[in-house]
Amino acid sequence: MLFDYEVLRLIWWALLGVLLVAFAVTDGFDMGVAALLPAVARGDGQRRQVINTVGPVWEGNQVWFVLGGGAIFAAWPALYAVSFSGFYLAMFLILVALIIRPVAFKFRSKRDDAGWRARWDAALCFSGVVPALIFGVAVGNVLQGVPFHFDSDLRPFYTGSFFALLNPFALLCGLVSLAMLVLHGATWLQIKADGEPAERARRIGLIAAAVVIVLFAIGGFWVSNMEGYRVVGAMDPMGPSNPLRKEVVTEAGVWLANYGAQPLLWLVPLVGFGGAALAMLGLFTRIGALSFLGSKLSVAGIITTVGVSMFPVILPSSSDPGHSLMVWDASSSHYTLGIMLIATVILLPIVLLYTAWVYKVLWGKVRESDVNKDMY
Amino acid sequence: MIDATLVELSRLQFAMTAMYHFLFVPLTLGLSFMLAIMESVYVMTGRTIWRDMTKFWGLLFGINFAMGVATGIVMEFQFGTNWAFYSHYVGDIFGAPLAIEGLMAFFLEATLVGLFFFGWDKLGKVQHLAVTWLVALGSNLSALWILVANGWMQNPVGSVFNPDTMRMEVVDFAAVIFNPVAQAKFVHTVAAGYVTGAVFVLAISAYYLLRHRHEALAKRSFTVAASFGLAAALSVVVLGDESGYTITDNQKMKLAMIEGMWHTEEAPAPFALFGIPDREAQETHYELKIPWVMGLIATRSIDQEIPGIRELMALSELHIRDGLLAYDALETLKVDESNAEARQTFLENQEYLGYALMLKKYVEDPRDASDEQIAMATRDALPNVFALFWSFRFMVVIGFYMIALFGLAFYMVSLRRRVPRWFLRVAFYTLPLPWVAAELGWLVAEYGRQPWVIEGVLPTFLGVSSLTVTDLLITVAGFLVIYTTLAVIEVKLMLKYIRKGPEEEESADNLARLDERFSPAFNRPQE
Repeated sequence: MLFDYEVLRLIWWALLGVLLVAFAVTDGFDMGVAALLPAVARGDGQRRQVINTVGPVWEGNQVWFVLGGGAIFAAWPALYAVSFSGFYLAMFLILVALIIRPVAFKFRSKRDDAGWRARWDAALCFSGVVPALIFGVAVGNVLQGVPFHFDSDLRPFYTGSFFALLNPFALLCGLVSLAMLVLHGATWLQIKADGEPAERARRIGLIAAAVVIVLFAIGGFWVSNMEGYRVVGAMDPMGPSNPLRKEVVTEAGVWLANYGAQPLLWLVPLVGFGGAALAMLGLFTRIGALSFLGSKLSVAGIITTVGVSMFPVILPSSSDPGHSLMVWDASSSHYTLGIMLIATVILLPIVLLYTAWVYKVLWGKVRESDVNKDMY
Repeated sequence: MIDATLVELSRLQFAMTAMYHFLFVPLTLGLSFMLAIMESVYVMTGRTIWRDMTKFWGLLFGINFAMGVATGIVMEFQFGTNWAFYSHYVGDIFGAPLAIEGLMAFFLEATLVGLFFFGWDKLGKVQHLAVTWLVALGSNLSALWILVANGWMQNPVGSVFNPDTMRMEVVDFAAVIFNPVAQAKFVHTVAAGYVTGAVFVLAISAYYLLRHRHEALAKRSFTVAASFGLAAALSVVVLGDESGYTITDNQKMKLAMIEGMWHTEEAPAPFALFGIPDREAQETHYELKIPWVMGLIATRSIDQEIPGIRELMALSELHIRDGLLAYDALETLKVDESNAEARQTFLENQEYLGYALMLKKYVEDPRDASDEQIAMATRDALPNVFALFWSFRFMVVIGFYMIALFGLAFYMVSLRRRVPRWFLRVAFYTLPLPWVAAELGWLVAEYGRQPWVIEGVLPTFLGVSSLTVTDLLITVAGFLVIYTTLAVIEVKLMLKYIRKGPEEEESADNLARLDERFSPAFNRPQE
């Protein structure tokens, strides 16, 4: 095989990040738009205008989420098993939102009844707000450690409860995530819409950007004092994927240790802040391209910050730290990681190519006067 | 030990959400190709009526597609949420086709389907046609990868258990992709989807023809459906996946159960046309057999034996005992990785490890199992023969009925015989049948695989997540409420748009002329 096991694990850790960022950057703006729908669009014409800015693309964007699920299953099966069954009811809420979303987009304008449309608008708003919040809450819990362990057959057991997920730090992360996606949706609307909805989105976006900056900073201080997870002794980065064969301790400030070792990493959270500031500038000066670039950078920076802070931990166990999932002991086999990399290298560029083509075809603003020609 | 109620609820939820998802999949598979065919005619002939057709059937396609996407997302995540041990145990193999499906297929159809609807004014004719074909290609490739994953559950090739990681791992990915069971299933499933699309178009066109509405469009649609449907119906039956049933012991068990064949019959085995299989007495009452047919269908030969249920059960018991040797060696390896003797014993018996795991239903440590518990586990290898026997027969009957229906329809439209009104009514009432057949087919495939989730490797009950019964009650109830509501809304919308009919951009004069000019097969009888 071209790469050894250690390199492949690193690549797949990075690809996991790439997929999550791609999901948040693409599907993030349409979730943000859905969340903003009742706030920025008054009357059916404006509602349809706003929905149609994402109407032709949300379906493709959502595949990043599905692909994320598939890639975690294929490359990090233990993570897939533990996190999805552990966060069971939270995952169910996300699934409910993602079931309702496609249907809401598709069915809303298929009847002329005002009550019908108002109910689907509410459903769309729900399907934008809820996943954005829960993804953040989930990340907040991951950073603090999640109560799970394995038995000797590697059957995972989760010992927490749904309401324990809703702790203060996790809720803070939920708000960061929500504010970030609302900002992203607002900058998208600044580019793709015009008139009142674009103007309202611009004003809400300015507030959201400020919220992102403040809450992300508070989160950073919180993490610097939080108990992080660290492996005792050295791990074999080429060893078998068995999470029972190491010792892990918790220690305050460990989540910042990587920045001490690699000061260049400070650029990552800086992009998170800088992106939000750039988005603010773009919204202020009404330069849409600038604000959309800014919100994209901010989303990417914030998500990547979580990854590099925790590396090489992927999912720490608070009840049995030794069972935590690491980059070195939770991946698929060497062979599977290799096959999957080949598939990705061949197929992903093709995906990017036709996705770019679709956005090019759809280039330009969606106006209220256009909506009667379109489907939604 | 694993809570039996938890297992039953997890299975119920999976069966419910999967069967619901598959109400939308076959129509997407078939209709996407029919849209591509209709639009191709439009691009080649330049006649607006064919674009009207593409747009009208496309509208119904869109309603169905949204439901397929919405319910498909649940499938991708449900392995992790509800089958966590399964996910860990086989994720190294099973996850890959799912991820590749996303990359190669789902991205293609989902990204381009937006342009299908929004792109009519933004794209050139040929560009739009290309988009439509790519959506059809994407949805069919999607079926390919999902069935590669499912085929592996039926016939787990190209993989071994790794005692260091306590899970199955891939050793030969090509074997997983070119798994004969997966390939047979793929062809059978997409062909069934084409039949579904064809019946949908045929039935609704018949409805318009019966009411003398939109006749120009309905006649053309009827003709497309008749030809596409005949080819598809023939493929479904001829390429039925029975040929895959001779490959493994468990596939053989499924075959024996479908046939209610308790004992090995002399080759070539007869086909039981009718019978009442009795699980307790282990025999089939009132059997009506046609000699030779089964042997020919299943083995494509006259001298190969098909083993009976009892013989296969006896084999199961032997496997359980060999599996116990593997299990014992594995327990040694857990505490002492470097024990060479245990590793050797494990390697020699590893293919039967799954059979020892069957005992975990009755005893914490399979090595403590009594002879009676082993006998119980052996009996578990036998699911509900009656249900399989009859599900299969109903499915096959529907399959042959489809050939007759499309054969007649094709004969009438191609030889320009008049299509009588009774035939239009029959075509209309056929509408639900392809869905019935598809669900029965999955019942045979998945229920027939029990008690295994991965045949011979992992018993179903072991695969579940460590959740509580309350967790499951909440989500089963939740899915039930949401899915029922959506089903009602979906059907209402479909009916609304079918009643409303297509919006023809073709002018009224033209339509009348087009109506006259088309095949005389649809001419009304002289009063």
